[in-house]
Amino acid sequence: MLSRIAESLFWIGRYVERADGTARILDVHLERLNHLPMEEQRSVAQELLAVMGARPQNDEFGLPELLNALAYDKHSATSIAGSLGAARENARRARETVSSGLWESLNTTYYGLNQHRKDVVGTYRFCNWVLERTAMVSGLADTTVSHDESWLFLVLGRSLERADMTARMLSTRDVLSAGMSWVNMLRCAGAYESFLRTRRAAFGDQHAAEFLLLDRLFPRSIVYALRDADECLAKLDPSAQRVGFINDARRIVGQARTFLEFHRTDDLMSELPEHMERVQKAVSQASDAISRKYFNQADELAWVGEVS
Amino acid sequence: MSDLFQDYSEAAGRTGAYDEMFTPGQQARKSYGQVAGALRELSLADVSARADSMARTFLDRGVTFDFAGEERPFPLDIVPRVIPADEWSVLERGVAQRVRALEAFLNDVYDKMTVVSDGVIPRQLVTTSAHFHRQVHGFEPAGGVRVHISGIDVVRDAAGTFRVLEDNVRVPSGVSYVLENRRAMAKGLPEAFGQQLIRPVEEYPRRLLSALRKTAPAGVDDPTVVVLTPGVFNSAYFEHTLLAGLMGVELVEGRDLICRGNRVYMRTTAGEQRVDVIYKRIDDEFLDPLQFRADSMLGCPGLVNAARAGGVTIANAVGNGVADDKLVYSYVPDLIRYYLSEEPVIANVDTYRLEEKEAREHVLDRLDELVVKPVDGSGGKGLVIGPDASKEELEALRKRVIADPRGWIAQPVLQLSTVPTLSGDKFGPRHVDLRPFAVNDGEDVWVLPGGLTRVALKEGSLIVNSSQGGGSKDTWVLADSPQVPVEVIPRPTITVRERVSVWPVESNWRDSQKEQQQQQQISDAQEVTANA
Repeated sequence: MLSRIAESLFWIGRYVERADGTARILDVHLERLNHLPMEEQRSVAQELLAVMGARPQNDEFGLPELLNALAYDKHSATSIAGSLGAARENARRARETVSSGLWESLNTTYYGLNQHRKDVVGTYRFCNWVLERTAMVSGLADTTVSHDESWLFLVLGRSLERADMTARMLSTRDVLSAGMSWVNMLRCAGAYESFLRTRRAAFGDQHAAEFLLLDRLFPRSIVYALRDADECLAKLDPSAQRVGFINDARRIVGQARTFLEFHRTDDLMSELPEHMERVQKAVSQASDAISRKYFNQADELAWVGEVS
Repeated sequence: MSDLFQDYSEAAGRTGAYDEMFTPGQQARKSYGQVAGALRELSLADVSARADSMARTFLDRGVTFDFAGEERPFPLDIVPRVIPADEWSVLERGVAQRVRALEAFLNDVYDKMTVVSDGVIPRQLVTTSAHFHRQVHGFEPAGGVRVHISGIDVVRDAAGTFRVLEDNVRVPSGVSYVLENRRAMAKGLPEAFGQQLIRPVEEYPRRLLSALRKTAPAGVDDPTVVVLTPGVFNSAYFEHTLLAGLMGVELVEGRDLICRGNRVYMRTTAGEQRVDVIYKRIDDEFLDPLQFRADSMLGCPGLVNAARAGGVTIANAVGNGVADDKLVYSYVPDLIRYYLSEEPVIANVDTYRLEEKEAREHVLDRLDELVVKPVDGSGGKGLVIGPDASKEELEALRKRVIADPRGWIAQPVLQLSTVPTLSGDKFGPRHVDLRPFAVNDGEDVWVLPGGLTRVALKEGSLIVNSSQGGGSKDTWVLADSPQVPVEVIPRPTITVRERVSVWPVESNWRDSQKEQQQQQQISDAQEVTANA
């Protein structure tokens, strides 16, 4: 398939997942933020923005600005509206490849972005709406796109972004450590009930963190998402090697996953920030490697040129 | 104040009750400052949109109670009930004191009954109570606690004084609405939270679980707790699922349990698993067909014997009903003095004991001015409010009281305090009560800050029960000062890891609009040339 189309699909996967994750994080943290005194609210809002990967423009950055930056700002790829807009733009450029169901659901979502009140109460509803829409988009992608190469790029983008979002989700805990319970953290990932079913009596910070990081069966856990990404990469490039991996992306994703899976969990809580840092770094490197290999082979060609 | 509060003071004046939010001059009380400020900013459209959305959320989430076989959302009003810190500290002490006294009373009743031999209460009072169960006489329950969970209903009279209306030490329900209401309010009226510290309620499930585990039978290292529900048709089934979920324990029905050798097990896919603590949410009468109703399908045969042998903790203990009998209620101030050597912190409502001849005659003359209640009723069942009752109803009541004087008590009609409540297109005063919940782990009685405020949604109505058209309000207890200073944990500095993003419009020069337009222009120009 065309590299350009593959790239679009990869980014549709990433952006839709990003919107979903941001909506989850915003929904849970907004409630907390609202209860904080003004001063603290401001500093926490800025830290939260930093965790989500953006810098505040000035010191006046508070709750209303946070809402704009994470939910409604169409010009920033960090915000929900920006992500969904970008997903739709990507789909528009691959319209002949994606199913009409997928395209229409993205397009409808895009036009629905403006129909919400941008205050705190409206944002709660906006987040819920976004969760519904993104679930619909993934559902339609799942059932109306054949599971061929194009599908693999979509899922690859989605799983990488999911690992990244869960890592950010876990990082937000530092921001609100004062009042942010693990219950909310698990709710944020939609993992609360699953967690309780698996770890009945053993309830606490450590176990919840383990669950979101390492659980092999919960789809939003980092290890699960990285495994998904690894499987996609393997299917995209099935050439069997006797030794090692040529594919950079596979190496990076595999290393990150196995590092987590085989790491001792005794000091998980104190090492958490470090782990999160590593996961986020791996995701961005993997994304680079994927785009070098599949979407933009310019540098590989240049290298070949040097040799000849 | 906006138009929403038009006519409010007049309506409030008509009720003659204490209003929680406003002083008689329509000035918001200090504790309500922030709420009043937030409501002032809202228009009718805002308020009703938020109220609708809250109701929808409840229905979507399944926060319902079962009414006549139908799931109904429990109406939550948008105006919270606010309790200032100083008033709460009195309530808190009063509730805890009452729980300690009732705990001591129950221990005594099922043991030596010194309270009777010392002449504090007549023996008959205990032995005629429908909930005095001889089946559990003469043993101390495993863990040593009988009243693990209690709900003490308090009301505020016209003078603004809190009084205890009744005690619930069997299966007090409603705490799930406290938890859900707070979540809904945080999203429904966020403006009102901002600048004040409202004491959180979310630790309740954790406190409950820790109390239940603490009272497990001796020698169990890692106790297994379960919640025992009568099943999906129970009116409080939602609460059972919520509590079991939040505690992370199994929700079992009677048929999931099995008693063998005075131990209790649950049937799981991995075989039988020992159960150490049962949070019992079914009535005593249905708990154990070997001891109580033989036709009960809800319980599990052998539970009472297992409890007697110390193999399982049942919370609340079987037989607690004797302590929340409404005739015993009238003796609780004496019980507090007797067991704790303290004066009651919160007074009772004046109560006539109808089995006493003089009181009965006095009451029968004034049935139309008093409230008459059956002693073992709950949920407002059987209660007759004199001024609202018809002549026939009063006549029927008179006959029933004469036939069974032990079964009834009478109290003056209390004008319960009011809180503004949304009704149609404005706020009107509606009567409320309050049920604080207490958790007793054997060492300490912890009172959940706040509790369930129920509100009678009909104007002038004094009956707040959900089964009779009542709703609820979120209950906020203000913290005095910034509670315990939160220890400042040095936060790891956060590195901003910026997003990788490929913006299709700008990432690729081929996509840029200018180029495409250029091409368009060229072709346009060519067309023009061709036409020329």
